[in-house]
Amino acid sequence: MEHYSFWSLAKHALSNHRTWMPAWHSREPKSRYDVVIVGGGGQGLATAYYLAKNHGVTNVAVLEKGWLGGGNTGRNTTAIRSNYFYRESTNFFERSLQLYEGLSRELNYNIMLSQHGALTLAHNPHQMDGLERWSNSIQLQGIDAQMLDLNQIRDFMPALDTSATARYPIIGGFIQRRAGVARHDAVAWGYARGADNLGVDIIQNCEVTALRMNGNRIRGVETKTGVIEADKVVIAVAGHSSVLARMAGFSLPINSVALQAMVSEPIKPVLEGLVVSPLVHCYVSQSDRGEILIGGRADAYPSYGQRGTLPALEETLSATLNLFPTFSRLKLMRQWAGIVDISPDSSPILGKTPVTALYISTGWGTGGFKAIPVGGETLAYTVANDRPHPLIEPFGMDRFATGRFVNEAAAAGVDH
Amino acid sequence: MLRIPCPFCGSTRDEDEFTFGGPYDRVRPSAPGQLSDEQWADYLFTRDNVRGRSRERWRHTFGCRQWFGIERDTVSHALVRVFTFDEVSRDDEQGNRIIGGLHEAV
Repeated sequence: MEHYSFWSLAKHALSNHRTWMPAWHSREPKSRYDVVIVGGGGQGLATAYYLAKNHGVTNVAVLEKGWLGGGNTGRNTTAIRSNYFYRESTNFFERSLQLYEGLSRELNYNIMLSQHGALTLAHNPHQMDGLERWSNSIQLQGIDAQMLDLNQIRDFMPALDTSATARYPIIGGFIQRRAGVARHDAVAWGYARGADNLGVDIIQNCEVTALRMNGNRIRGVETKTGVIEADKVVIAVAGHSSVLARMAGFSLPINSVALQAMVSEPIKPVLEGLVVSPLVHCYVSQSDRGEILIGGRADAYPSYGQRGTLPALEETLSATLNLFPTFSRLKLMRQWAGIVDISPDSSPILGKTPVTALYISTGWGTGGFKAIPVGGETLAYTVANDRPHPLIEPFGMDRFATGRFVNEAAAAGVDH
Repeated sequence: MLRIPCPFCGSTRDEDEFTFGGPYDRVRPSAPGQLSDEQWADYLFTRDNVRGRSRERWRHTFGCRQWFGIERDTVSHALVRVFTFDEVSRDDEQGNRIIGGLHEAV
């Protein structure tokens, strides 16, 4: 692997940047692997990377039906934060934030992490009480959080309509200052490059059409180009998890729905950090390119079609204009949707499945991007040792029967 | 945007007048107390989550408030068929019926 640095940039400048090596190789699948990972999004690629790096398992293939990071990894709004409520979640997401903080160096790939803070707004006294409770809870767990009054909010984000005459006047909020955004493509590509360098085969345009079973044990996968045997198989396919699970003969507590996002035309820097309003129901940030990036609620019924519907779009934009009336003159440039895998308690489902040697990473819902490093790290541990990593013990599939939910519906930020 | 022809009021209206109400075939067990935790969780949470043609319950919430069924393609969003509960039986193909019954008033 070519090390990226100032010097490599200078060296390639001499040859007009015509001699850069591809970041990863295009491989033909072998007939057998130790581990096959279905899904070349962030979670699958990170799992492959940590399997190779932390556990020395390098005979691994990542199979992607389209292109790397072309699903939800490339469609989300890139928020990274660890301000969840329960200890199970904060431990998990804080580990992810810490990994993100060192990820550019770890992967030698600039993921453009910028930690400018995530602000959650309250519009009535009950919400303020809720935010106080939330912020106290995570401070007690050692996560940074701070309540902000209206003047502090004005300082942090002057573009917000903080007047008393707003339709839903803002009365306060709380902020996690270490939260931020990163470049989503770079996270996928960085992990792909790192995994490829350690010997993992990354195979695009390779759709899995069936799973090979022997009794209750997974034996491999069938793809459009042939059969691949595998000792262990990982399913990391987000919105299509139920489809893959059915191939293995079980069903999941997952609903697939479309979640939309959109960007405006690019403008000069006006927002620093990310703002979420659970009441008017949207979240807004500004990308490095200057676009105002907007998201909101998920669509109201199941879908596998990667496009959103008009009512959710309209509500999200109307909410955004409640917070930022000045944005009414912006033109929307693009709008898109990803199919998110919603679990009953808005927490992920990670680890072993009813089928021997088959592992799953699903239930990410609206927040999988922020968990890519820790999801990969803990699932790689689980696959290598065939027992759940301590951080994901609370996120097993059995919690729906035992009743030990990790209900993060509020911390997920949006309704679904 | 779905445009849904309500089988009760007869008019075709935008999707935001309607509410999605879950899988059509899922019926509430008549005696939950007799179920194991796994069976009860299965009823509450496990979903077929079909890719393709799926039978769903919908309600014309901001219209005549009646419940009915839609067979819908979850990829193309095409409405294959719209029907009343009388027209299509809600027997659960997966056998939950033996311990279940309809939980809406018929």
